[in-house]
Amino acid sequence: MRLFAATTGSSSQEIMQKVAWERRDFLRTTGGVGLGSALVGLTPFLRAVSAPKIKKIVVVTFGGGARDQETFAPEGQENIPNLIKELIPQSTFFTQVVNRGILGHYVATASLATGVYESVNNFASVPPEHPTIFEYFRRELKRPASDAWVVAPSNGFNRIGESSHRSYGPGLGAGVILPKHLLASAISGPNTDYQHLLRDNYETPFHTPKLAGNEFQMRQLEGILKLSVSDFTAHARTLSSPDELSIYIARQLMRQLAPSMLWVTLHDIDIAHAGAFSLYVEGIRRTDRLCLELWKEIQSQPEYAGKTAMFILPDFGRDADMDSGGNGFQHHRTGDALSRTTWMMVMAPGIREGVIVDRAIQSTDLVPTLGSLLGISPSFAQGKPIPEVL
Amino acid sequence: MLPSDLKAEQFRGYPEQARKLILEHLDGLKRLPLSFLPSLLREVIVYDWKFPAERKQIDKELANISSLSAQKLTDWFRGFAQIRLSPKLENLNWVSAPGDFVEQLAAHLWTTHQVDAFRAAALAYADRLQAIAPPERPPISRLGIAVIGQGVMDNTYPLFRKLRPHGVYFTRVQPDNGLKLLMEQVSGRAKKHSEPYGHWYIDGAKALDHDPALTCVSYQSLEAVRVNLLAKMEAEIQSRGMGPEALRTILAQIRPEDLSMSADGDPVLNRFQLSLLTEGSGTQLFSTTFVQWAAREALRRAQPLTLLVRFAPRQRQKPMNELISGISQRVEVDVLGSLIDADMGSYYNWLNQQRLPGPEQSSFLVWFEDHNEALLIAPSLPRGTQSASSITMRQLLERIG
Repeated sequence: MRLFAATTGSSSQEIMQKVAWERRDFLRTTGGVGLGSALVGLTPFLRAVSAPKIKKIVVVTFGGGARDQETFAPEGQENIPNLIKELIPQSTFFTQVVNRGILGHYVATASLATGVYESVNNFASVPPEHPTIFEYFRRELKRPASDAWVVAPSNGFNRIGESSHRSYGPGLGAGVILPKHLLASAISGPNTDYQHLLRDNYETPFHTPKLAGNEFQMRQLEGILKLSVSDFTAHARTLSSPDELSIYIARQLMRQLAPSMLWVTLHDIDIAHAGAFSLYVEGIRRTDRLCLELWKEIQSQPEYAGKTAMFILPDFGRDADMDSGGNGFQHHRTGDALSRTTWMMVMAPGIREGVIVDRAIQSTDLVPTLGSLLGISPSFAQGKPIPEVL
Repeated sequence: MLPSDLKAEQFRGYPEQARKLILEHLDGLKRLPLSFLPSLLREVIVYDWKFPAERKQIDKELANISSLSAQKLTDWFRGFAQIRLSPKLENLNWVSAPGDFVEQLAAHLWTTHQVDAFRAAALAYADRLQAIAPPERPPISRLGIAVIGQGVMDNTYPLFRKLRPHGVYFTRVQPDNGLKLLMEQVSGRAKKHSEPYGHWYIDGAKALDHDPALTCVSYQSLEAVRVNLLAKMEAEIQSRGMGPEALRTILAQIRPEDLSMSADGDPVLNRFQLSLLTEGSGTQLFSTTFVQWAAREALRRAQPLTLLVRFAPRQRQKPMNELISGISQRVEVDVLGSLIDADMGSYYNWLNQQRLPGPEQSSFLVWFEDHNEALLIAPSLPRGTQSASSITMRQLLERIG
């Protein structure tokens, strides 16, 4: 059927709620997570009384959601041992994060960063239309440019750091590092095989937008990251994927600049668009490992340990197997409930650990929540602060 | 332009059978909302290259539209009529290029946050259409077969996990002559129940010798076409202003002769094979993706009675360190990764087969090639069970009934 062939006996909201309950039940089956009592005893505002103040924020988003059957469902838990055993027990976990916006990775990440469902062209090199969290943060707290950074997967994300909003915009945003772009600039020679790494927009594997805007300059490699070109390329040659390179850069930023606002967007999972299930699962496993490595890095650095909140969330989901309008894990094109429903985990000093929150929140709630934690007012954001985090 | 402005001469560029069909139903089409009609025209414009099952569906749909009273038509298309379109969309040449319109409509729906409303309207319409024009039951029970794991010697990946709840998992299959027996089975069905495009064989490498009664698609036979297509895509990407939407539009306009496909071939099958490469994502690069997508599209479009699919190893995805080191330019294969791809692909084959009429009577067999593991789903067999008894491939096929 050319339009949408699948029908369902349930409304989207019912399906989203069901997904959330299943996630909760899946997590209850895992070892080491005492979730039942935590659910009953949830007191949303308890943290505000006793928790240490959050000084730094690290946000990790996945460009390319991972479905429950490959992650939180019993058959998928083998793919995320670190999230299940190490991170979820330390986190407040939200089972139902709904994205009501456009399900393209750049525009969805821009929506996460602005708190508004953006409508910008997903495949063009354009800034978000509304102020980003980085702009609110820097202007209200009078922070220098070195205090807010984005590490993003591809050229398409190079404008994510600051908006086109007339009250904010150029000069107020975050610096953006595109590790693969940096790598391509650093490597010279006859081999061009790696060039395809730059074409990482897996939805259209052959397209790469031209760079424009405040992207990280090659000369800053040494100046800011304290990396020589040869050291950088030598290290890159030991890494198996672009996301590993992104985490390497994120670590380097933390060690050299210790930014208060660090946003890392991972993208390996989105190889799913090529239709190879094994590569998609490999991407999930790698992302699982990298999230733990980043959290451990936070705990090991005095500038971050004990004062950092880390948020992990996919930008959205992927199509359900049962929706005949799609092709299962491969894409996120149907707009069905599964592709719109994802999850989020929050780890922070004083956070209620092992708590599962079933109620629906929206992707746009992230920025107001970050604003409340940092004491700033993201006035153009549409979402609401999440009390369970505050 | 709106549908009410349609005139017969605007369809002069349509292929012969498509034009004839349009003119028979022009009065009915003029009453449809613009948010709906181009999607229908996109199908009708390629009517001459559609499979018989698709033609029947289009015929029924057009007949229904023409038969609806004004009041009923308003009721049927109310959801679509409420979709807000832009003047830019209205001004597109959606008669001659309905595919371009649909591409831009999709972007418009997402941008204006109307995609959920459109989706709801589409689902309601599909349900209604199915109720008044239910698809015909197949003359015989369908049979799907998937052969996975070619080239794998040792495997620890647990196979058929998603399919096991629906059938019997056999762990001691005698693999002797397995492929030959499977081929004989599908050939026998094709001869006994002859039907155009009713019996298919899809291979992820070079096709085995097969009965001409089978409609055959193989990855290797399309290698030259794939190379030509990739070169064309590369060239287009280098063009100024080329974005993904524009690229998709260009790909949709490619004809078989543009990629040097044989003019002697079956034009319907040529178009189908071309669409696998121009509309599929990853089909140009990975044979496992190609096979899964080809099976999906064959089931969706041709609704075959028999489908034998044999997955083959795909090329290995090189890790980043190998790519930047340039240590090897050779194309290698990833047999274990391909097995995992194919295991999931076979599950999707079964799901897509079950979406066709007569699911309760259909059977499905997946076999780990040259190994002892297979899973069989059939009406006569229990679900969610396992058999450790030794069984030959011939006996396995007899269990299908």
